[in-house]
Amino acid sequence: MALVDVSHLVKRFVRGGGLLRRGTTVNAVDDVSFAIDEGETFGLVGESGSGKTTTGRCLLRLIEPTAGSVTFRGEDVLALSRARMRLARRDMQIVFQDPYSSLNPRMRARQIVEEPLVIHGLGAKEARLERVAELFRLVGLDTAHLERYPHEFSGGQRQRIGLARALALNPSFLVLDEPVSALDVSVQAQVVNLLLDLQQQLKLTYLFIAHDLRLVEHISNRVAVMYLGKIVETGPTAALFASPQHPYTRALLSAIPVADPDAHKRRIVLDPASVNRAAPLREIAAGHWAAI
Amino acid sequence: MLEVSGLTTVFDLASGPAAAVDDVSFEVRAGETLGLVGESGSGKSVTALSIMRLVQPPGRIAGGRVRFKGRELLTLSERDIRAIRGAEIALIFQEPMTALNPVFTIGDQIAEALLVHGKATRREAASKVVELLEAVRIPDAAARARDYPHQLSGGMRQRVLIAMAIACKPSLVIADEPTTALDVTIQAEMLDLLREMKAAFNLSLLLITHDLGVIAETADRVAVMYAGRIVEHGPVRAIFRDPQHPYTRGLLRSMPGAADRGRLRAIDGTVPVLGAFPPGCAFHPRCPDRFEPCSTTPPSELRVGDAHAARCYLNDPSQVASRASRGSDHASPTTGRQSRTDGAR
Ligand SMILES: Nc1ncnc2c1ncn2[C@@H]1O[C@H](COP(=O)(O)OP(=O)(O)OP(=O)(O)O)[C@@H](O)[C@H]1O
Ligand SMILES: Nc1ncnc2c1ncn2[C@@H]1O[C@H](COP(=O)(O)OP(=O)(O)OP(=O)(O)O)[C@@H](O)[C@H]1O
Ligand code: SF4
Ligand SMILES: [Mg+2]
Ligand SMILES: [Mg+2]
Repeated sequence: MALVDVSHLVKRFVRGGGLLRRGTTVNAVDDVSFAIDEGETFGLVGESGSGKTTTGRCLLRLIEPTAGSVTFRGEDVLALSRARMRLARRDMQIVFQDPYSSLNPRMRARQIVEEPLVIHGLGAKEARLERVAELFRLVGLDTAHLERYPHEFSGGQRQRIGLARALALNPSFLVLDEPVSALDVSVQAQVVNLLLDLQQQLKLTYLFIAHDLRLVEHISNRVAVMYLGKIVETGPTAALFASPQHPYTRALLSAIPVADPDAHKRRIVLDPASVNRAAPLREIAAGHWAAI
Repeated sequence: MLEVSGLTTVFDLASGPAAAVDDVSFEVRAGETLGLVGESGSGKSVTALSIMRLVQPPGRIAGGRVRFKGRELLTLSERDIRAIRGAEIALIFQEPMTALNPVFTIGDQIAEALLVHGKATRREAASKVVELLEAVRIPDAAARARDYPHQLSGGMRQRVLIAMAIACKPSLVIADEPTTALDVTIQAEMLDLLREMKAAFNLSLLLITHDLGVIAETADRVAVMYAGRIVEHGPVRAIFRDPQHPYTRGLLRSMPGAADRGRLRAIDGTVPVLGAFPPGCAFHPRCPDRFEPCSTTPPSELRVGDAHAARCYLNDPSQVASRASRGSDHASPTTGRQSRTDGAR
């Protein structure tokens, strides 16, 4: 059984509406289905505005989906009561893209990491501090810096604080929304390694949202490609990268800059007319689906 | 075309003056693309601003020379440098939204650039604007010219900036992270467009980026910047196939795709910030190959191949020899030439 099972998820936003005017609706997520197995990394890619972040937030009910279902360990997340949802949320956490704005600048690093424990009423003060110190060590932060404020840390260190906070409640599933995009190239690799180590050590399952396709290819077991709110192709990473089937996937993969001055690549330009928006996903090879 | 030598730009911080650009030298030849690569805060944008004499206090150019087509830019009068800016050297900024004025239509903004430099009369301007927008492949250009910046997508805004940059037919374009905020598909389109414009107008291009993939695809030669200094420069093939500075090697190795699945080969430590650049070779706290002289005196530039140079003591035979005779504290003393096989470690 899959750990996370998303089926026919829809999120509609109304924009520009006023008292007298009807706004326009945007189908940010438009009938999206996928399943993530325990212990795997599932990559979600696609152009800006294609609905990746909205999908991730719907899974954790940080925003309420318009329609569809999400199950976690077989339990229907969208039907949970407030109290049950609070419990479920311990098991599902999110790490945000921007290490600069996602941490409260007026809180000390210790308080930021401790806060989820306080909110969930876990442990006495001393036990909590013990846990915070343990989390600091786990993500490679120096416990001498517990009382520092976010601005006293580098970008990579701030992302480690965000990660320590997300891990505080011992989750088994993390939504990683562009977790290294804002970091320097040489520091990105450190945080990626940390994510890989933590996954092994703590048996974590990741939904990994990123625009760096080389990175997604490197760390994901399976990938889904989103285009205008829909998943247009999904499959095992190696198969999808080796033989993309959907015209958008082909255009996207052919656009990745290759760090080799002698690479001969041919860029495929997407002709939007070649995309049949109504085509359902069909299985092309084992586990490899494309909407063509 | 452009020859920068010994350029030093200092910021007067509360803690004292600090060189964000420190003794930087490079040249951009006619018709070529020089890629300037480095991480955040390494001094790429300040280098571009210094060439254009656009550094604002607390920053100031403290020394060096910038020769452009035989003229020294750093000592030109304010009036003469203004005539060169935009007309002969164009700058495409990192952030398209801040580079465009939100209250004027894009057509008016391009026309303004043409009029200021006397490249068109008021009468001709409108049709030239449409031509330029067509050249950067904006569909329905005549109608789009009446749009305000917020009515365009990120990719279209970036095209408008390119149209503005080439409006006065400059001979050098400095593009500071022109594609960083864009989707990969639009980024690829922009890079194609820049290459096309470069060929059509015989431009030289100084392309600033932190993306080694973009560099590999676009640059003829590469300069790698770290903590205000150029630590290695050379032809693009030499930099990617035979990097001679440990930082360049580290960057290339840390990229996903350079290793098989599993952990990446990261560079330890963090990027230093201005005001706290380490003494000696600024990379030494993170360098796996550091030895005796590295933390005290900055290495000078040493030739390591054809038009290829690096600032690293590993390329200084006398330093390496004295290290070997002292007995190194490292398991395997390597010279720069040998240590490129480190990739297999
Ligand atoms: N709160 C909101 N109100 C209205 N529209 C929204 C809201 N949040 C997202 N959208 C719209 O939904 C669509 C999907 O946005 P989303 O942030 O999920 O995209 P994304 O794939 O994460 O893009 P990016 O790669 O830029 O982060 C976009 O058109 C966006 O403008
Ligand atoms: N106005 C300023 N006041 C003080 N310091 C500044 C100012 N402008 C730039 N600096 C400093 O100069 C150094 C070089 O900055 P620069 O903008 O050139 O970096 P960069 O290589 O372009 O980085 P990025 O990739 O982030 O654009 C940085 O440490 C920066 O903090
Ligand atoms: S000079 Fe020394 S510290 Fe600097 S890169 Fe070379 S070996 Fe490393
Ligand atoms: Mg997003
Ligand atoms: Mg910059």
